[in-house]
Amino acid sequence: MSEVKKFRLTCIVCPLGCTVEVTMEGDRITGVEGFTCPRGKDYAIQEIREPKRIVMSVVKVRGGRFPTVAVKSDRPVPKELIPEIMKKLAEVEVEAPVSVGQVIVENVLGTGANIVATREV
Amino acid sequence: MRSEYDVVVIGGGPAGLAAAIKAKELGLNVLLIESREFLGGIPMQCVHPGFGIHYFKEDLTGTEFIHRIIERFRELDIEYYTNAHVLEVAPYSYRHKILRIVTEEGLFEVAAKTVIYAAGARERHMFEIGITGHRVAGIYTAGEAQTMMDIYGVMPGKEIVIVGSGDVGLIMARRFTLEGAKVKAVIELMPYPGGLTRNVVQCLEDFGIPLYLSHAVTRVEGKRRVERVIVTKVDEKLRPIPGTEESIECDTVVLAAGLVPYLKVIEKAGVEIDPVTRGPVVNSYLETSVPGIFVAGNALVINDLVDYVVEQGEEAAMGAYEFVKNGGLPALKWRKLVKGRNIRLAVPHYLADTKDVTIYARVGEPEENVRLRFPEIGKEIRLPFVKPSEMIRVKLKREEIARAKDRITMEVVRDE
Ligand SMILES: Cc1cc2nc3c(=O)[nH]c(=O)nc-3n(C[C@H](O)[C@H](O)[C@H](O)COP(=O)(O)OP(=O)(O)OC[C@H]3O[C@@H](n4cnc5c(N)ncnc54)[C@H](O)[C@@H]3O)c2cc1C
Ligand code: SF4
Repeated sequence: MSEVKKFRLTCIVCPLGCTVEVTMEGDRITGVEGFTCPRGKDYAIQEIREPKRIVMSVVKVRGGRFPTVAVKSDRPVPKELIPEIMKKLAEVEVEAPVSVGQVIVENVLGTGANIVATREV
Repeated sequence: MRSEYDVVVIGGGPAGLAAAIKAKELGLNVLLIESREFLGGIPMQCVHPGFGIHYFKEDLTGTEFIHRIIERFRELDIEYYTNAHVLEVAPYSYRHKILRIVTEEGLFEVAAKTVIYAAGARERHMFEIGITGHRVAGIYTAGEAQTMMDIYGVMPGKEIVIVGSGDVGLIMARRFTLEGAKVKAVIELMPYPGGLTRNVVQCLEDFGIPLYLSHAVTRVEGKRRVERVIVTKVDEKLRPIPGTEESIECDTVVLAAGLVPYLKVIEKAGVEIDPVTRGPVVNSYLETSVPGIFVAGNALVINDLVDYVVEQGEEAAMGAYEFVKNGGLPALKWRKLVKGRNIRLAVPHYLADTKDVTIYARVGEPEENVRLRFPEIGKEIRLPFVKPSEMIRVKLKREEIARAKDRITMEVVRDE
């Protein structure tokens, strides 16, 4: 028999913030409770296995109306890679004009996520 | 600028842009005036997601959300000025108002049949929340810090203490941390966090940032720049408890202590103000007590969702359209919206049975399993929970409003 562990999480998918409880036996998930909608269940499982977040930041722009452009990852990236991604973004510099949705860094650190612009400069 | 407009919109944030778009679509001639060098208001400096879930049915960042609105605004070729500030709105007659506008070229006056005031909110400052001490460099409001960092690319400091744990304070804590600053603590006066639980989780817990509940920053110390803050525990009545002072070293203090509708410009025009919302008293057309002056967005009531702000902008534009078309809003029979049990604030204040209306309200106390009741018109809505931090939005139909004689009470009652 492997050890039974319970994890209590707050779902961050929508503003309701349900408390979801995940039960694990060894590294097997045996129960998920407390979610109000299926997205909460998926979130909780993902959060236990490999927590992910959208990253957002600003990067430098040359020759634009503003010295920065706002960016985000177009899909969630592993949480533990965020500091490294931020470091990488601090070195990036792009040339104006930049349009919304333009890819600034492709496949950032091999995560499969692109860093895209979210503001026009 | 021509000399007379059907409608002049003051403020180029989401409320003002939405109002201008709607007014133009309804065929009015529109001028929009924005003080900053760019259109977009607060969302232009919000790089985080959480915008537009209702309006666009997509989770967008503030910058993406406002980009879509601005594109629509541009398509319609609406006349606007940035770097232009409205100093004064003078009600010249029932159907005309004179606006004094200062731009880079000088001072202008324009006339308007109607005005939509959408100037947003101002942030509460140090002196309003009881912080004493030195007025040194390194004290910013959240909005100032955000503009510096996320538009102009300058970090406000290295070691930061944030005052206030509403969503703004929490989101700022995450932004500073991601950009490499150390957030030493978030200080909250109340015994519970002001923002959404999910923001406490993803903005503080994700990064191990301490949250001090039932604490107040009572003093800021430093010579030229902030060197430390003094934090004190507070009792149930929110009074600092002597002898519990603690000092936290930091070079920057960021105040995220709430917003207040920014009314300076229309206060002088004589609009009546609700002491609770601290915004104007309005009717269901979002018209203030001065005929032809409409108001929307955070200048009306502090909204946490931009979707509601856009909705109010559109509503105000429809009010302005009625006013222009008919030479004023018809004299109507108004029902007063009365705040009943556990309703702290509610807008609009007066309702007519000529149109459906959307009511925005906040409760005073959190409660679970409740009903929202309008006893005079026999309407009831079940709600799983209500919280002061989350605005309630509910629609009343004109037939429902017509059922009431002179008042409509709104109250929260427990489900037995
Ligand atoms: C840090 C932060 C995070 C937020 N996060 C979210 C979120 O995740 N999701 C969400 O839905 N909402 C969020 N909001 C709320 C949302 O941004 C606001 O509700 C919304 O911006 C209010 O819009 P507004 O048009 O009323 O005001 P504003 O956006 O403040 O725009 C008002 C404009 O009027 C201009 N102005 C003022 N006075 C004058 C004058 N006299 N003459 C000319 N122009 C003038 C100002 O320069 C400004 O551009 C957030 C807000 C903040 C501060
Ligand atoms: S479980 Fe569903 S309803 Fe609950 S917070 Fe998560 S997404 Fe929202």
